[in-house]
Parts: sequence; C-alpha cells; structure tokens
Amino acid sequence: MDVGLMQMQRRLAEYTSALFKEGILDSQYVQLQELQDESNPDFVVEVVSLFFTDSEKLLNDLSRDLAQQNVDFKRVDAHVHQLKGSSSSIGAERVKNACIVFRNFCQEKNIPGCLRCLQQIKQEFLLVKSKLETLFKLEQQVVAAGGSIPTSGSLPTVQQPIL
Amino acid sequence: MESCNCVEPQWPADELLMKYQYLSDFFIALAYFSIPLELIYFVKKSAVFPYRWVLVQFGAFIVLCGATHLINLWTFAIHSRTVAYVMTIAKVLTAAVSCITALMLVHIIPDLLSVKTRELFLKNKAAELDREMGLIRTQEETGRHCALWMPTRSGLELQLSYTLRQQQNPVGYTVPIHLPVINRVFSSNRALKISPNSPVARIRPLAGKYIPGEVVAVRVPLLHLSNFQINDWPELSTKRYALMVLMLPSDSARQWHVHELELVEVVADQVAVALSHAAILEESMRARDLLMEQNVALDLARREAETAIRARNDFLAVMNHEMRTPMHAIIALSSLLQETELTPEQRLMVETIMKSSNLLATLINDVLDLSRLEDGSFQLNIATFNLHAVFREVLNLIKPVASVKKLLITLNLAPDLPEYAVGDEKRLMQVILNVVGNAVKFSKEGGISITAFVAKAEYLREARPPEFIPVPSDNHFYLRVQVRDSGSGINPQDIPKLFTKFAHNQSLATRNSGGSGLGLAICKRFVTLMDGHIWIESEGIGKGCTATFIVGLGIPEKLNESKFPVLPRGSSNHVLANFSGLKVLVMDDNGVGRAATKGLLLHLGCDVTTVSSGDELLHAVSQEHKVVLMDICTPGIDSYEVAVQIHRLYSQHHERPLLVAITGSTDKVTKENCMRVGMDGVIQKPVSLDKMRNVLSELLECGHQMSSLARV
Repeated sequence: MDVGLMQMQRRLAEYTSALFKEGILDSQYVQLQELQDESNPDFVVEVVSLFFTDSEKLLNDLSRDLAQQNVDFKRVDAHVHQLKGSSSSIGAERVKNACIVFRNFCQEKNIPGCLRCLQQIKQEFLLVKSKLETLFKLEQQVVAAGGSIPTSGSLPTVQQPIL
Repeated sequence: MESCNCVEPQWPADELLMKYQYLSDFFIALAYFSIPLELIYFVKKSAVFPYRWVLVQFGAFIVLCGATHLINLWTFAIHSRTVAYVMTIAKVLTAAVSCITALMLVHIIPDLLSVKTRELFLKNKAAELDREMGLIRTQEETGRHCALWMPTRSGLELQLSYTLRQQQNPVGYTVPIHLPVINRVFSSNRALKISPNSPVARIRPLAGKYIPGEVVAVRVPLLHLSNFQINDWPELSTKRYALMVLMLPSDSARQWHVHELELVEVVADQVAVALSHAAILEESMRARDLLMEQNVALDLARREAETAIRARNDFLAVMNHEMRTPMHAIIALSSLLQETELTPEQRLMVETIMKSSNLLATLINDVLDLSRLEDGSFQLNIATFNLHAVFREVLNLIKPVASVKKLLITLNLAPDLPEYAVGDEKRLMQVILNVVGNAVKFSKEGGISITAFVAKAEYLREARPPEFIPVPSDNHFYLRVQVRDSGSGINPQDIPKLFTKFAHNQSLATRNSGGSGLGLAICKRFVTLMDGHIWIESEGIGKGCTATFIVGLGIPEKLNESKFPVLPRGSSNHVLANFSGLKVLVMDDNGVGRAATKGLLLHLGCDVTTVSSGDELLHAVSQEHKVVLMDICTPGIDSYEVAVQIHRLYSQHHERPLLVAITGSTDKVTKENCMRVGMDGVIQKPVSLDKMRNVLSELLECGHQMSSLARV
C-alpha cells in the first residue's frame, strides 16, 4: 500500500479521534457518517454545509434580537431551540451544550448572561466549522489518493458487560 | 255602877305593854290568815300533791289560831260576855284541830323524808351507769381489730402488712405459713373462727384481765392477670393466699353470726380483686416504662442503621461512577487501539487489556447490583418479552465458547412454553447465562443440555426445599429451567456454599475460570425476587451437576393493550434490512434535523418526502404514505393536534399511515401524550441507524398500536 496514503489515513484517523476526544463532535456525527454510501457519497458534507448556513443565519438573528430595546425572549428562545436541534443532529456537541446554557439564561431573562452565552456559542461554532472544514480537506486528499475514509465509528460504544 | 255583864280583864291595864300585845296579836292573826292562802295558791299550782287532806287540816288549824289571836284583840279592853264566849269556843276548836294535826304529822313526815332519799339514790345510780358506759366504749374500741397478712416472696412466711391502727403493731412482723390453723383457713373458701390465741390473732400485747373476743379468719386469693377471664368470675386456681383476720373486741359479749361470716367472705373476694388490680397496674406501668426505653433504643439503632446504609449507598454510587469513568477511557481507547495497525504481539496485548477491562466492568456492575439487591432498593424491570428469543440468544452467546471446548449444547423448549412472558428480561437472561456459563466453564468434555418447561403443580411439590410451593394462577406461570452438564461435578458438601458471595470453590477446575464468586449469589437474589428458587444437585466429583431454577413469570395480555413493550433484542431475524419503496413522510421544522432524518431513511431505502410544518404535513399526507415521522419538540407547532387530525382523516385502521413521534425528552408525560393522541410509536433522539431500522421493522410487522418504544 502507498506509504503516503497510509500516512494520510493515519493522520485523518488521529485528527478525527482528537475531535471526538475534545468533545467537539459526538456519536451523532458517526451516525451521519454511516449514512454515507455509494448512493449518497456526499451526504455528510451536504448536511454539514446546511448546518453552517442555517446556524450563521440564526446567530445573526440572535445578535440582532438581543440588541433590541425590548428583547423578545420568546423569539430568542425559538432561535436557540433551532440551533440546538441542528447542532445535535450533526453531533456538534459543544455548540449544543452552549445552547442549553443559553436557554437557561433566556428563561431567567438574564440579558448579560444571554450575551455572554451568545459569544460562547459563536466561538464554539467557529471552532467546529474550522475543524470540520479541515477534516473534509483531509478526507478529500485521502479520496484523491485512492483510499477510503474509515467509517467504522471512531468512538466505540463502551463494551457493556453482557446485559 | 251599873251592873253589866262585862268581863273585866285579869290584869290591870298597863298602857305600854298592852299596846305591844295588841299589835303582836294583830300581826299574828294577819300572818296566820295569809299562810293558808299561800298554801292553797301553791297547791293549786302544783299538779301532784298527795297530801291534800293534811293541808286542809293544817289550813283549818292555822285559820283557827289566827281567829283566836284576832279575838284576843278584843279582850284587852273591857269586853262583853259574848266576846268571851266566842273567844272560848274559838280556843277550844283550835285546840282540837291542833291536836289532830299534830297526830297526823307523825305519820306524814317520815314518808316525806323517804321520798327524798329515793331521789338521792337514783341520782347516784345514774352517775354510776354513765361511768360504766364510758368504760365499755373504750373497751370496745381497743378490742376491735382487723389485720391483713400477705405472703412473702419466698412464700414461706406471712407478713403483717396492714392493721387497723398502725402505731400499735410494727408492720413486718412475720409468721411461718405452715401453721395448722393457717392451713385450715387456706384450705376452705369460707370464713372460719379461729382461736384468739393463735399467732395471727395475737397481735397486740394482751393485758391480763381481758378476755379476747372471737376471731375470724378468711383467705384472700392473690390473683394474676391470667386468672381473669372475660365475663367470668376469676378462677381460684391460684396457689397464693393472703390472710385476713378480724377480731372482735375483748370482753365484748358480741359473737360472730353466720350472716356476718358470709359478709366477710364477700369482702375477702373483693379484697382479692382489688389486690390483683393493684398488682396488674404496677406490672403494666413497669412494662410500659421498659417498652419506652426499648423504643428509644430501637429508634436510635434504626436511625444509625439508616445512616449507615445511606452512607454506604453514597459511597457505592460515587465509587461506581469514579470507577466507571477511567474504565470507559480504558475500554474506549483500547478498542480504538485495536482499529489501528498492530503487530500480532501488540494485538494480543490489547485483546488481553480489553478482556480484563470487560471483566472489571462486569465486576463493578455486579457489586453495584448486589448491594442494591441487598438493601432492598432493587426493582425488577417488568415488561413483556419474547421468552423463546431469550433462550436462543443465550445459545448464540455460548455457542462459540462451547465449540472451542468441543462441548455439545442442546436446547429443549417445551411445546407449551409460551412465546411471550412478562418479567425482567435482562435479569432472566443474566441468570440463564450465568448458569449455562458455569456449566460450560466447569465441563471439559461431553455436553450441556438445557431444558425449559412450564412447571406443573406435581413438579413443584418435589422441588426443594419442600416449603417452597409456588402456585400458578391465571395470569402467571412458573418457568422451570434445568441445565445438566457432564463436567467435573461438585462435592455435595460444598453445595450450600455455592450461593454465598465471594466463597470460592478452591478445586483446580476453577483455576482458569476467573470470576468474582458473585455470580451465583446474584443469580439467587434475582431468582428470589422473581418469586422462585434455584438449586444445584451433584452426585459428586466427576459426575457432572444439574442446576435447576424456577421463576415466576406473567402471562402477557391480549394484543390490544395500549402499552409500549420493550423491543425484543433477539428479533434480528425479523428486521427488514431494506425498506425499499416504503413511502415515508417526515415533518421537522429544523433544516438540519430534516436533512439528517431524510438521510437516515434514504440509507434504509425509503422513499422520503419532507415537510416543515403541520399544515404542510396535512396537505401532503396521503394513503400512499405508510409512515409519518413527526418531530414533536418543535415549539409553535402542535404535533399532537396534527396527529388527531390525521386520525380524523383516516378512520379505518388499515388506511391510516403509521404515526411515529421523534422527541428529545425522556419523561413519561410525553409518552403518555403520544399514546393519548394515538401515536403508534415514539423514538427518542439521538436517532441512530439501528434504532430507526428496528422501529420501522417492528412497526410494519406488528401494525398499529402494538408498536415499539425504542429506548436503546
């Protein structure tokens, strides 16, 4: 086998497992990967891109809503709910957690808290975006070199004792 | 001188002397006339005066005397012969009456005198009688007496415990109980007269001249609580008596009469009751104090025990969590390691690490389970499951190991064994697996046979121990599983120790078996919780052994119960691998979520349409769609309402698409709401491929309302 390909694959595996270990991605991402097959080769990329576009729009809406004189917490909550749903669907764990915290502040109608959380979410979002883009680039390289992306889950389910 | 018939006084008229005489006579006459008047007055006044005649006489005498003196007044001067004649007659009469009176008085005066003496005599007598009365009374008081003798603790003596006058006798004075007089009294329930000289009656020092009065003694039974029957007079079955002694006063003429004796007996009975009541009251107060003390002590002990249990549980919970976390890391990373390129040596090492960490995980689970089992906080997860599938699964799991050891495994399921049962599937499988696992572990060659059948009453009676007699009823049955192996067997002496925790069979067969020694202990606990019994028989070393257990399981109800049963694990042969062409409608307002679910379903081969709101869903739904997946945590869209609408649109069951809710919440309320609106199934996020696959296949297989709750 091509040494370069092996090296690339190893690097990809390391990168992926690092993402999981740092908690940026969780097992849901693995599920998405499993859905990718010959009939749907770019499934993951499509879904993730959709996530990026959606989330950016949501984040802009949130910034605008929180800057208002009278903050409409219902709207804000609805946006955060959407964001939470999307991030959990693709497995962006940290973004999802930040959304949960945001919602708590929202319920308390704590504007400074909300603003802080929004910052946090933005940071996490940017982080996951850049990481995933790097990941996709690596994958493209591997595919271009003729290899295949390992799809068996990077995070094994814990071996539960038999029943 | 004229010659008058006058009488001349004897003496010459001496002027002064004459005057005095005149006056005196006058007064004498006056007095003499008033005396009879006084007498008449006072006699009239007094009712009783026996001597009237004497008075009359005396009165006459006085009157005449007075008259004489009165007439004498005329004789001081010259007076006529008539006056002299009157004077003479008067004097003669007076003389006569006086003589008679004098004679009369001689008789009367002694009588009068004797009356006076009699009066004096009577007065004296009365005074004497008074004195004597006083004496007698004091004697009466000193003589009357009552005493109560109680038996001492030793029962050999009677102790004087009460007397009428305490100061006279010291309380505590004792008398031996076996005197003949006392025995006589104790042997009869009547009041008996006893001699006043007996020691029980002689309780005060006798003064010599007093003759002691009559003494009566009666026994007073000392009753215990057990003697009192309700509505019954207390039975005199007691052996202990007290003695009541009643003494009449000394020198008294009184005697004990029969009715008085009866009265005494009645009183004695009442005294018995009163004494018993007092004793019982004392007892009960003592008992109550004792109980209160014990209560306090028990309460303290209970609280201490509770604290200890809580502390242990906390410790276990914390330790459990702490232990699991690094273990997860070990297992996760070692499986990751397995995926990478390894030399055969390295692979072996990694596999060993994985096996050991699995064992450790098992151990931790076991310990936690056992501790939860022991303090009673463990509860079985009762649900309907496929019984046959459980056995098949066990077989599948054990086959690899058995084939390595070249052991033949046979499974016999009785034809009348129901396919579905209600119970704790996971734990039942654990028990079967443990038992079969042990059989395999301890057999080097030969075969293992597993038989399962419904235990009938005749079988149950021969089950050991004999006091365990389960009774099957209409909605449950007893499953009996027997696992026979041809392995190394067990020494019959060791059999009782098998089920104790951590007790290890030190024979060399166990050298490679590992295990914590907890397995059978846990099995026994589970089996007991399932209302059953487990035991092992072996004829000895080298003769194999038979493990049998009986557990109670429920019979599931008819299929139209609206419960969501747990998806059976072993139904992999039922799952459709490909749902090609299945038309599915997905509703989710979140774009990413929609895309994810769509991708999932596409992967499974479904024909997917997506909508983002309830209205769109109602427009798009048609009979062609077999399944509708709704994300119900979208705010603002009442998915339940949508479900109701769909029900309304399609009244016939076979036309209506299956409704499945996708939710992120785990609480019961959501599930109940879903059931209420008529959802056929609920899936919890995060949705994995397997989950979706299983849910869909279950749904399509079992149809409406018998769908699964994928809660993996």
